[in-house]
Amino acid sequence: MKFCVCIKQVPDVQASVQTGRTVLNAYDASAVEEALVLNDGTGDPVDLVLVGQSTATETIRKALAMGASDATHLVLEDAQGADSHGIAEVLADHFAGHAYDVILTGKQSQDSDSGLAGGMLAERLGLPYATNAVGLAIEGDKLLVTRQGDAGQEIIALSTPCLVTCSNDMNNPRIPALKGIMAAKRKQIATVPVASPSARTAVSQTFDPPAREPGIKLEGEPEEMVADLMQRLSSEAGVI
Amino acid sequence: MSSILVFCSVQDGRIKRSSLEAMSRARDVAAASGSSLQAVVLGSSASGLAGEAMKYGAGTVFTVSDPILDAHLNAPVIAALKSVIDHAQPRLVVAASTEAVKDVLGALAVRCDAAVLPDVASFDVSGSTVSCERPVMAAKKLAATSTDHSLVFVSVRSGSYEATEAPVSGTEEAITFSFDADTLGLTLREVVQTAGDTVDLSEANVVVAAGRGVRDEEGRALVQELADITGAAIGASRAVVETGLFPATAQIGQTGKVVSPDLYFAVGISGAIQHVAGMVNSRIIVAINKDADAPIFDVATYGLVGDCFKILPLLNAELKRAMA
Ligand SMILES: Cc1cc2nc3c(=O)[nH]c(=O)nc-3n(C[C@H](O)[C@H](O)[C@H](O)COP(=O)(O)OP(=O)(O)OC[C@H]3O[C@@H](n4cnc5c(N)ncnc54)[C@H](O)[C@@H]3O)c2cc1C
Repeated sequence: MKFCVCIKQVPDVQASVQTGRTVLNAYDASAVEEALVLNDGTGDPVDLVLVGQSTATETIRKALAMGASDATHLVLEDAQGADSHGIAEVLADHFAGHAYDVILTGKQSQDSDSGLAGGMLAERLGLPYATNAVGLAIEGDKLLVTRQGDAGQEIIALSTPCLVTCSNDMNNPRIPALKGIMAAKRKQIATVPVASPSARTAVSQTFDPPAREPGIKLEGEPEEMVADLMQRLSSEAGVI
Repeated sequence: MSSILVFCSVQDGRIKRSSLEAMSRARDVAAASGSSLQAVVLGSSASGLAGEAMKYGAGTVFTVSDPILDAHLNAPVIAALKSVIDHAQPRLVVAASTEAVKDVLGALAVRCDAAVLPDVASFDVSGSTVSCERPVMAAKKLAATSTDHSLVFVSVRSGSYEATEAPVSGTEEAITFSFDADTLGLTLREVVQTAGDTVDLSEANVVVAAGRGVRDEEGRALVQELADITGAAIGASRAVVETGLFPATAQIGQTGKVVSPDLYFAVGISGAIQHVAGMVNSRIIVAINKDADAPIFDVATYGLVGDCFKILPLLNAELKRAMA
């Protein structure tokens, strides 16, 4: 099947201080991995599309190095002010001119955690879709999606074309080998400047959440620690 | 008068507590902004649950009872909510941020031409502005976000507000709805329920969460025993879910569920930010970890530095005695 994966460059949220280092969104990396595994040996393409600043090229190269076929960079220099609505609009315009059997996105981005763009894009394109996928399989002309629901896993058959948003619990994305990295360097990336889409929501400020009260660390013999904890749970915390 | 419409998620024949929490907040916001409070319940049990929504202050409860809405499929739910929203013309639609709500929120917003504030920790309405604070960067930061759009959807993280009753004698309004299943494009094959989930994780007052330090069946039995004694739901880190010892439904964190119980036990969990994102708002956090430098101790109310295989048998015995 012809796959296209929508990918995003995000700040490295894992770093203890914000270093400005950016990474491929982990959920998108899983989507790329899954598409590559499903298409392995078929000769069908796994294309990429990224909306973001021109500096996001390095992230596209990383995903190409995993083994993806072709990439389009929709260059939006002012990506900061864009919200999910705007991104879905830009992507929908792109897909109006490019047909795929399956469009994959991450289920959310690691930085904004909104989890909206995939569903919004599916609706704009009029495609059946599933979210929070932890497994994909091809069955004839259908895509079988295992999604993590509230109280268990749901297995859904989607007719193609369709869209699926992927969890990072789906797989462990491959680390690109040197050969892939070299090949990705030589690949032509189609760059298309796009106008800033209108946003419906605006972030006025970001700030640190209120800190937790500092806790108490108990060390020593297990018997002593447990006795101490029991005492504190009943007298201080009032939970037992 | 403008209205706030609360979408009530139903599980096991009840309205989920996280929906009632969202409704309790929506009721306060409605009162402060001079709006009426309405609710919508979907599925074959909808009509029977209208009374429950009224107990929490919904003056009008829209019900759509088509059994296709029980089928864990997003397309019919979106269509049903669209008809209710068209009919009720609310200013604001509020829902709990469950997996089923996340599944429909984006598409529904496009279909209804709404703005969305997803997964918020708090929200408010002031004049024509709907504002919220929502965790971003794996909950390391809060982002104050707002919109003036004419229709707004808000989804609320579980545990953000308390569920409080405020009964009204409301009316139920059944909405007729038909859905052409042939145009669906998707069908449900199977729901694989996780065995033994006796307590709903996001509703539990006590959560016992296991990490990779709980490395085997023996560890799992100790964690299970602690959960049984304390009436807890079992949670897990991503790393221990990957080993297959615990089901993915139990995963807590950025990818998994958000919980904020009264008491949270983190056993053999290092405290990666993606895990902490899902539990940092728990009232009391007890961490057991043999590494004194593990980051989980930065958020723990009580940290026990030691081997969980030595500590849990003692703790379980003590707790059993105390609870008896
Ligand atoms: C995008 C993204 C999303 C993620 N989402 C989630 C999520 O939703 N939930 C989640 O949990 N993780 C998530 N992760 C993974 C996260 O980064 C960590 O890898 C994971 O939480 C680690 O799990 P852990 O603490 O069980 O394992 P480890 O980090 O391996 O820690 C095990 C701990 O057990 C301790 N230990 C070992 N033996 C014992 C013993 N006998 N007694 C006591 N202590 C012992 C060790 O000292 C160590 O601290 C996500 C990662 C990414 C990139």
